[in-house]
Formats: sequence, structure tokens, C-alpha cells
Amino acid sequence: MSSSPSPSSALPSSDPTAPSAALHLAVALDGAGWHPAAWREPAARPRELFTARYWADLVTEAERGLLDFVTIEDALGLQSSHFTEPDERTDQLRGRLDAVLIAARVAPLTSHIGLVPTVVATHTEPFHISKAIATLDYVSTGRAGLRVQVSARRNEAAHFGRRTFPAFRFEDLESPAVRELAADLFDEAADYVEVVRRLWDSWDDDAEIRDVATGRFIDRDKLHYIDFEGKYFSVKGPSITPRPPQGQPVVSALAHETSTGAPFRLIGRSADIGYVTPRDARHARAVVTAVRAEQDAAGRADEPLHLFGDLVVFLDDDPAAARARRERLDALAGHPYTSDARVFTGTPAQLADLLQELRQAGLTGFRLRPAVIGHDLPAITRGLVPELQRRGAFRHAYEADTLRGLLGLARPAGRYAATATA
Amino acid sequence: MSKSPDKPLKQIHLAAHFPGVNNTTVWSDPEAGSHIEFSSFAHFARTAERAKFDFLFLAEGLRLREQGGKIYDLDVVGRPDTFAVLTALAAVTEHLGLTGTINSTFNEPYEVARQFASLDHLSGGRAAWNVVTSWDSFTGENFRRGGFLPQEERYSRAKEFLSTAGELFDSWRGDEIVADQETGTFLRDARAGSFVHQGQHFDIQGQFNVPRSPQGRPVIFQAGDSDEGREFAAAGADAIFSRYSTLDEGQAFYTDVKGRLARHGRTHDQLLILPAATFVIADTDAEAEELSREVRRKQVSGATAIKHLEFVWNRDLSAYDPEGPLPDIDPDVGEHTIARGRAQVRMYRDPLATAREWRELAAANKWSIRDLVIETGNRQSFVGSPATVAETINTFVQADASDGFILVPHITPGGLDAFADTVVPLLQERGVFRTEYEGTTLRDHLGLAHPDAGVRTSEPEPESVPASAGH
Repeated sequence: MSSSPSPSSALPSSDPTAPSAALHLAVALDGAGWHPAAWREPAARPRELFTARYWADLVTEAERGLLDFVTIEDALGLQSSHFTEPDERTDQLRGRLDAVLIAARVAPLTSHIGLVPTVVATHTEPFHISKAIATLDYVSTGRAGLRVQVSARRNEAAHFGRRTFPAFRFEDLESPAVRELAADLFDEAADYVEVVRRLWDSWDDDAEIRDVATGRFIDRDKLHYIDFEGKYFSVKGPSITPRPPQGQPVVSALAHETSTGAPFRLIGRSADIGYVTPRDARHARAVVTAVRAEQDAAGRADEPLHLFGDLVVFLDDDPAAARARRERLDALAGHPYTSDARVFTGTPAQLADLLQELRQAGLTGFRLRPAVIGHDLPAITRGLVPELQRRGAFRHAYEADTLRGLLGLARPAGRYAATATA
Repeated sequence: MSKSPDKPLKQIHLAAHFPGVNNTTVWSDPEAGSHIEFSSFAHFARTAERAKFDFLFLAEGLRLREQGGKIYDLDVVGRPDTFAVLTALAAVTEHLGLTGTINSTFNEPYEVARQFASLDHLSGGRAAWNVVTSWDSFTGENFRRGGFLPQEERYSRAKEFLSTAGELFDSWRGDEIVADQETGTFLRDARAGSFVHQGQHFDIQGQFNVPRSPQGRPVIFQAGDSDEGREFAAAGADAIFSRYSTLDEGQAFYTDVKGRLARHGRTHDQLLILPAATFVIADTDAEAEELSREVRRKQVSGATAIKHLEFVWNRDLSAYDPEGPLPDIDPDVGEHTIARGRAQVRMYRDPLATAREWRELAAANKWSIRDLVIETGNRQSFVGSPATVAETINTFVQADASDGFILVPHITPGGLDAFADTVVPLLQERGVFRTEYEGTTLRDHLGLAHPDAGVRTSEPEPESVPASAGH
């Protein structure tokens, strides 16, 4: 088991959420990139999307750029241009592999970068996911996280046949029925994360004793039933998998501003990292204030919680080239690209300016969504990263071997171990 | 066995079972390493691949075993997630098949099919699925589904689970992805992955979102010796596990199961019979016998002997001396069971008769409780010098008692090393085991055909394989 990460003196502050020059950087990997026509770019490798080599190359490139971690998008249905329904398009990328397994496949090929696959809380079992992410933490020796997501898509529910959701459009998001559904799904996700976390703690770190004298392999007093009883499920425990190297792998979630506040509440209650989608610095301040209020309300005010800004990026050395590329892709797609996140088009230096401005607004890091992974990922690692390094705003070498270490998060003690020895 | 010029020699299939959660695994040995660190799995897999084995096998359990209401603490406890560790192993091996035991009771077909298809893609065609079921609410307490599944529903759910997964695997023909960057056609067919399944247990429809994988579908393994299990395996599995200790028993099982294939329109080489086997190797047969005795003493400590006796007596026997005589009291034949989460306890169908028999055996041989458990427990399958072990394995295979073996070492993770270094070369010299991999997929290694692509139907598959009792 890897040792606890020790926050390095190279880190700017023991409090990872305190504003400082340095920022954290992640990339969000999804297919050939976030623009729906990304697969048509020369750098896209669309015939290799389902091979291990493709994913290994991407994550290796991200590690070359010293990034904190990669997230890997996932969903339980085919991609669609519609909000909650499948479409019949044949001109866009369709199909994807299980994100947890992609992360496990690249883990032995990398050594420092964090691996954060998406898991869908709505249709999967927290018991299975808890042991899967714990195992990802073992195979990566302490670099695992997860990004928890809910799904209200009707077609995905039909793949499981256990529940049905109403049809709705983007414009219906604030209708009472959809608001109630969303609140329910986010509450379920919060319970899900609670179960996953309890299961990680269900083995004390020193539960395996191999005591030859008494013939006991484990000290059963150091294994704990979690006895979770909730509205959506109940789980007995303990896990079948011993406590993972990081103790608690890093939990993250994306949250948009809604009138119910449910997404921000999920981050405030359950996450180590929240991804948010500010339009500008002023909006970023408002979002940070709103999430921190949820964090306080959840009684976690003294716990570190990273807030990462999500940005879609078209990066070129010449701003006109980036704009031209975006226009070319939009023409191929047949419509201008829009996103829940701000879409940045420009140079690495311009992006560095923006990230530093948003950093001052209270964000602790950024998750960049490459418009075209084959183009924009190397532009991040070879253009943006050196630019940030020149400004003293990004690391020059990995300072830790675990994801928690990179993020300045301490390795927590198991909750049951603490009470047992009290 | 000498080579016969008349009959071509059968090629032996060999696989390795990562030692796990039972008292076969000797964790107290100074050579025993971690059973959870990835480095142990990587070492084990690399040894199996160095030896040109067909595949690595992982068992599964979804709740920690309990005895007398407490978590069982005498055997190895704890294991990783099957899919995550197998997929990581795909990164440190190139040819080795990756076989995972996955339960059909506490999973959903869409998710499991997606995970196996992903594993098959990410390993370049090396995935296999050992289908098992759970029967108890004990395991169910960890899952949304919860609750108890009646025996007959357990099997029918498993059967439908597997056929539904097959429909999902076959929902992509394999030629749908065009990815023509010039014309902008990514998919040839907008309905790729479409499926509709309505059955007793699953009513699902939509589009499967993983394109057809290198093997089309994973290789399907099944365990179980019951008549029902044999018939199911004959109908659709690619390989069946079995357990027997003698050549005669092995041949009888082999003849019976292979004899069932024709009635399902299948040939002898479409179902491999691969028993699990343990082994002890030393320089000479005498040394191996001595080592075997030592290993069995380590496998059955005094405390372990008492716990095993409790399986039959179904009572707390902790007050008894393992070095003393068997209890005079009779087994408790009530409804409650002292051990939970453990399949083999159900072997003792008539505990009173077993207790009587064991008392007589112990008295006649002057055996203590521990002696009795050691002597009546499973012996190592193959004990001897490398030459003896190679000869015995080859004899079993050439005599149609099996098509090969799944080897279970008693030490993690180095327990396979001696077999790879000393027995495998002897089998290769005899011309009965490969010296190089001849293909890239697990189906290639096992001599199994790749399933036809192009099945696109919403009709259920013909009767497919259900699962049997868990490990």
C-alpha cells in the first residue's frame, strides 16, 4: 500500500482552496473531442476510439503536461444531439467504452496523473462502484477518483427497465415535474456517494494482521458494517475490497446553477472537487459563493473542497487560426457549437490570462474540455502549460505520487477506525 | 504416457486461478505476498503468460463470509473488483486470456454486457465470463435488488440474463463504423446496437452503446456438476469447470458432458472441460509427498479444523480441542446455518450421516479432529516431481478425462512460478503444449470459432447457458 501523501513544500499553501498564483489543471476526455465534428479533423483518429492505444496515448500526453488528472466521460446510452432522447444521426461519433475500465487499462502505463472516470449513480450499484474505484486506486497506486453523474435520459432508463422518466426538453428544466425529478436524482446521488465512501472506510487500514499464532488473517474488529439505510437503497457492508491506498479516492461532480440548488448541494455535501461553469469572473464569484454556502450548510466548512471551472477550448498560436478552426467545425456540424460551459477560442497566452483572472475569483483549478482532443490536448500540454509555468502559476514537476497529494488533500483516517479507538 | 503413432496427441489447455478466499491459500507462508496489491496480480499474470497459458481466472464473492454471526477471519479476506483488475492486467500482458466471474443475480444485463464488451476491446479480444448466480438474501443486503431469489427464479434469471447479454453483444454487426472523415459518415446505420428484449425477468430496449468487440462476445464459462448444469453447459457454454479426483470419475464426467453436445447441434471441440486442480512440486516424488503433507497441515490449522467441523455440525464447536476426538453430540439439523456466504457448506446434505461416518473414520484411524479434516479434505490434485506432474496431467488429457486444467497454486503470487519453469517445458517437449501463442484472442488459444457477426434480430437467442452455483 502506498504511503500517505505528504503535502510538498512546493505547494503554495496547506489550504488548497486559498487563492494563490498556482492553479490545478485537468482535462476532460470524451471521444474525439467536445465539438460534435471533432472526429473529422485530421488529428482525430476516429477509427481508433475503441482501442487501448488511443486512450493510453491521450493520458500519456496529459501526464507529459504534468496535469493533475484526466476525467473520462461516460453514459449508459449512445451520444445524442437531443437533450433527453436519442437521435438518428449518422454524421457524429457514436459509441463509447466503460470509463472505469478505460481508466484501469491506462493506470499501469502511467505513474503520476490522476484518473477520474465518470460513473452514473442513477442506474448502477454503489457496492460495485465502491470496489471498482478502490481497485482503480490499487492498480494506479493511489491515483483514483470518480466523477458522479445522474441521468434523466429516458432511453438510458429503458436499458435497465427498472424506472421511467418523463419526456422533457431543455426549456422544461424549471417546470415543477422536472425540478422534482432532478432533486430526487441528486438526492439519490448524494446517498450513493455516502455509501461508496462508507464502504471505502469499512476496512481499517491495518485490518489485515496475518497473525500466525492465532491463525487469524484479519482482525475482524477492524472491519465494519456500514448499515446504510436510505430512501433509495440500503447497503450492509463491509466492502469485499480492503481500504484503498488513498483511503478515500477523490469524489467529483459537475454542477450547474439551477433554481432548486440541487446540483450545488450535491457538491457541497459530497464532493472533493466540484466542476462549475462560470461565464466570467463576476459569475465565478457568485457561483463560488453559492457552492460555499451549500458546503457550510452541509457542515463541511472546514473541509477542503476544490472548485474547478470548466471551459471548452479551441487553442492555436494565432487567434485567427483558432476562430477559423471553430468556424470550419461548425460548418461541418451544420450549426454553431454551444455548450453548458464557456467556449474559449484563442491562444495559450490568452487562455492563461483568463484562467488567472478566474483563479482570482475563487476557483482553485480548471477542467479544460478540448474541442478536438488530437489538436487541443497537445496545445494544452505543450502551449498552455509552459505559458503558465513561465508565470509561476503551474508546477514544473509532479510533487506527489497520489491524486490527493497533487491536490493538496490529506489522506483521511477511516471514520470507523476513529470511533473504534476513541 | 508414450506417444502413440496411431492417434494424434491432444493439445493441453492450461489456465491459472489467482489464489483467493479459502483455506487452499496458505497466507502464513513467508513466501506469501499481498493478495490485493496490483503487483501481485501482475506477477501472477506475467508468469502465466510466460508459460503460454490460455487464461487467468478470477473468482468472486459479493459479501464477506460469516460464521457464527461473525466475519470469518481464518482465510484470506478481501479481493479487488473483477472488471477493474482484469482490464488493468490487459496493460501488462499481450496474449493471456482474462476470465472473470460475474454474478447474474446482483447485476443488470446492459451494464455487464457493456463491461465485458469494453474489456474485450481494451484487451484486444481476451475477455471471458464465468457466469454464476447468488441465491441468498445475505449477499442481497449489499444491493438495491436486496431480498431473496427463489432457487428456480435464480436459474431462470441467470438463463435470461445470459441470453439478453448475447442479444446486446450481437446488436452490432461489426461493420457499422465507417468514420469517413471526408464524407462525414460516422455510422453506416443509425440503428446500430438496437435491441428489444421482453422476458420474465428483463423488459428492456434501446441501443447498446459499445460497438462489436474483437471476439464478438466474450468466451462463456460455466461451473457446476449437476445434471441441470451439465445440460446448460452442453447447450451453449464454451467451457465447463468440474471437480473430480480420479481418472475414472473424470472420464465419466467428460463422456457424459461431451455426449450431450450432439443433441444441441454442437461438436466435441465446442465445449472444453477444464477442472480446477491444485499441485505440489518438488525435486523428487518423495520430497513432493513430504511437502504436500506440510502444506496440508498449514492449510488446516487447529482453528480451521474446528470451523470446518462446524459446517457439518452446524453448531458452535469452539470449546472442542482440535487435537482431540470428534464431538459426541449430533449436528443441529435446524433451519439456521452457522456459516453464510460459503457455497461448499451445502455439500453436506445429510449432516447426521456425515457425522456418524466421520466418527467411525476417526475412531478406526485414531484421528483427531484436525487429522480428520485434513484426511477427508481435498487433496492436492498433482503431487510429485516435474516429470511426474507433467506425465499425470498428460495422461488425464490424452485419456479424455479433461481437455486441460485450471491450476490453483497455494501461494500468492509466486505459486505458479515452479510449474511454469519446470512442468511446462516437459509438456512442450512432449509436443502436447504450445511453445508460442498462435493467435491473439482467447478464442484462438482455446480453438473456438469466433461467433458470426451480422446477427441482427430482436428474437431471443436459442436457449443459452444459465449459470450455476457460485464459488
